[in-house]
Amino acid sequence: MPSYEPFTPERAVEIIAAHADQEGPLLPVLHGLQHAFGHIPPEAVRLVAGALNLSRAEVHGTMTFYHDFRTEPGGRRVLKLCRAEACQARGGDAIVAEAEKKLGVSMGGTTKDGAVTLEPTFCLGLCASGPSAQLDDRQYGRLDSERLDDLIAEARS
Amino acid sequence: MSVRIYVPGDAAAVAVGADEVAGALALEAARLGLNIHIVRNGSRGLFSLEPLVEVETEQGRIGYGPVSPSDVPALVAAGLFQGGEHALRVGRPEELPFFKRQTRLTFARCGITDPQSLEDYRAHGGGRGLERALQIGPAAIIEEVTKSGLRGRGGAGFPTGIKWKTVADASADRKYVVCNADEGDSGTFADRMVMEGDPFMLIEGMTIAGIAVGATKGFIYIRSEYPLAVAAMERAIATARAAGLLGVNVSGSSHAFDLEVRVGAGAYVCGEETALLDSIEGKRGTVRAKPPLPAHKGLFGRPTVINNVLSFAAAPFILAEGAQVYQDYGMGRSRGTMPLQLAGDIRNGGLFEAPFGLTLGEIVEDIGGGTQSGRPIRAVQVGGPLGAYFPRALFDTPFDYEAFAARDGLIGHGGIVVFNDTVDMRRQARFALEFCAIESCGKCTPCRVGAVRGVETVDRLSAGRDPDKQMEILRDLCETMKFGSLCALGGFTPYPVMSAMTHFPEDFAVEPQLAPAE
Repeated sequence: MPSYEPFTPERAVEIIAAHADQEGPLLPVLHGLQHAFGHIPPEAVRLVAGALNLSRAEVHGTMTFYHDFRTEPGGRRVLKLCRAEACQARGGDAIVAEAEKKLGVSMGGTTKDGAVTLEPTFCLGLCASGPSAQLDDRQYGRLDSERLDDLIAEARS
Repeated sequence: MSVRIYVPGDAAAVAVGADEVAGALALEAARLGLNIHIVRNGSRGLFSLEPLVEVETEQGRIGYGPVSPSDVPALVAAGLFQGGEHALRVGRPEELPFFKRQTRLTFARCGITDPQSLEDYRAHGGGRGLERALQIGPAAIIEEVTKSGLRGRGGAGFPTGIKWKTVADASADRKYVVCNADEGDSGTFADRMVMEGDPFMLIEGMTIAGIAVGATKGFIYIRSEYPLAVAAMERAIATARAAGLLGVNVSGSSHAFDLEVRVGAGAYVCGEETALLDSIEGKRGTVRAKPPLPAHKGLFGRPTVINNVLSFAAAPFILAEGAQVYQDYGMGRSRGTMPLQLAGDIRNGGLFEAPFGLTLGEIVEDIGGGTQSGRPIRAVQVGGPLGAYFPRALFDTPFDYEAFAARDGLIGHGGIVVFNDTVDMRRQARFALEFCAIESCGKCTPCRVGAVRGVETVDRLSAGRDPDKQMEILRDLCETMKFGSLCALGGFTPYPVMSAMTHFPEDFAVEPQLAPAE
């Protein structure tokens, strides 16, 4: 189970420096920060802007454009369910409804205990094995009620 | 002697337990004191058989699938390591009709070789395209690609040779090669399978492009939803670099070329080439107006070849075997093969590479075997979320860029999603608009605002509020989006919407309700 580091400016500066020499470093930097801290706090945005000679508005604009980056911490685990057509054709909508019911949250929400954030994703490229899901970095296909229960138990563990 | 076992490391196999199966096999072998070597190959492409375990025997490779971790002890007891009988035994995979009927040019090695072994790659014909490219030089490479008739496999179908020539003819201090691996269309996974199952082929194809146009740096932009593909490409690039295939002297020549992987961040629109370039540059993935073409002013304002994974992946074959061999496959102006991706409610889902020209009916019923659920097929969406829904009445449409365009559809990246008779086409039309609203980059008003208004219009229609008028508004809105958007997201969202309305009018026939007093 992944655990994120608490945010520190020193660590953020280190991550930024690791990517600063790449051509077009902003996305690799944002990925690095998100990966380490689980989200990208305003303090980090200020540091990124300073290091890459960008305005804070530019960093904010780019960061908020992409679905992957979050400005606030999410749940300890993120469960993504595919909502795209190929999974719809294999009963994906029913799995989504079931997951929302079982977790007691709707898409985009985090359970009250802060354990799981439920998010939509649009295609994991497993389209003949749907409905598909991703729990943090791991992907799962052929979801049914039983496998969904296992996945939710795993997410809550 | 050690037994060679294959357990796919492809995401579609891993997602249904391939890692656990590999672990269970290693455990059983250790328990029996058997020496086995497990190769994590790519997927052969028939998803219903995954995880497909293969064992090398004197009779060739014998497959078992789909194997779950709990099957492993019984399989081993039945003699799996010697190719023994078991209910899951499928024999030699290449003898299965699904594989036997394919023409695998691009996917010749996928599922067969160890994707991370350069020796294996070379032993199976890899590297010969680059070798010949280095012998014949840039002008002849471009001529060869042009003559092959290869058209961009990302969806637009633009002739690849012409694109390369434009970049070759541009003068600049630096040029780039960019691979679009932002395979966001639902129902598609061919790019992912190439990267996970045969990554050196993509490296070879991009290197050939780099030499052809005089570019020294290449980027592979992979969507973040493909973590295994990202890892596979990064590892293969490091191997290629260590072997001297990338770097200042590619294969000992005077050409310099190196590659870098970039990971997307969950924005569908970045699959549009100019948005993708902006994304690599570290900006919002906003679509650029063309001209200037990326071939003239692309990444960081420099001349840039940007192609889909499958376009680059076709180049090594074309160079190694010659343009004519590739060009001999296909129909009309669609030459060569297309990796079809069969998805949704379909029995034989997965990757099927074939020359252009099969009809849609042959593909989904004959090859695909109809639905997995056993229900009748009602609609087939071809070409991703921006592709049209085809009814059974149009199953005679041959798979060809022009034939699909003539029926108000597109083949896109080759994704084919099958829906059974429970599908509600009004709901699918609404989803197409909703998806466009979520993913619009916001540059063009018809897309940014139109998609939102479209969803509202479908909702009013569903509520029975003056249905005829809503249908008229929806048609008008689609026209505006089609002609008033810079890129395919706004421009093609009308395809699924209009096709649903045209071919499935019964799903849009809503009883008018009396409007509540306002």
